[in-house]
Amino acid sequence: MLAPGTPVRVRDDWPEARGPCHIRTPHYLRGRQGTVVRHLGAFRNPEDLAFARPAPTLALYHVAFEPRTIWPDAGGDEILVELYENWLEAA
Amino acid sequence: MNALTEAPSERLLAGLKHLLAAKGIATEEEIAARVAQTDRASPAQGARMVAHAWTDPEYRALLLRDGAQAAEAMGIAMGGLPPLGVLENTEETHNLVVCTLCSCYPRAVLGYPPFWFKSPGYRARAIRDPRGVLAEFGTMLPDRKRIRVVDSTADYRWMVLPQRPAGTEGWNADRLAALLREGDMIGVTVPSAAPSS
Repeated sequence: MLAPGTPVRVRDDWPEARGPCHIRTPHYLRGRQGTVVRHLGAFRNPEDLAFARPAPTLALYHVAFEPRTIWPDAGGDEILVELYENWLEAA
Repeated sequence: MNALTEAPSERLLAGLKHLLAAKGIATEEEIAARVAQTDRASPAQGARMVAHAWTDPEYRALLLRDGAQAAEAMGIAMGGLPPLGVLENTEETHNLVVCTLCSCYPRAVLGYPPFWFKSPGYRARAIRDPRGVLAEFGTMLPDRKRIRVVDSTADYRWMVLPQRPAGTEGWNADRLAALLREGDMIGVTVPSAAPSS
């Protein structure tokens, strides 16, 4: 399990370019670096549930991002997003 | 009603209910109970929780630790629903909730989302220009206050615990609950002891 404070990168992956899919990772975060804030629990992978496939249980994390690393003109101070472990890689 | 006068949607609904019962998935009574529960859900439920948290430190701690348990403690049924997380507004930080992907919303405690919550405009702008969106709701926050935008993307639903407004010292929970609007619990507005309208 990833500890709070762990730097992570969101996979720069675009499954929607390969065919039908269901993704809960917003496009604006692909390839971006953030920091784990907390472990939220374990949930079945919605990418499989959406297609009635067997769905493994994944760890879900709250990950914080610095908005100005995503958009230079961003107006907020923090973006906090729920992300599943299969989208996170070591930064 | 016969097959000639009933609408296709009514036939479809009757057929679906029949199949759900025949397959042992849900009875007519269970469906009626869930419809009644959904109709009861409104921002007044969330307001009761917030007002209670403002007047009872133990409940406040429970609300921040486990929103679903805190809702159950107020008689709001949360069985089978996604977990509820509660984000606390403080002197330092203001929380704003958006679902950039679709319209995830804590319906059990706030009811149906307002129409703008689901609009592409709100979803695209709240994440990138929260101060601009807040200004359009008439919410001006001091520059020193941090704005955290919470993108509700997955298995949780998120509600904001606003700061208790000044000038409400000594008020009971009912009077406090009457101050709260749904936007206060999304984070687009902040409650005030003297609402402008």
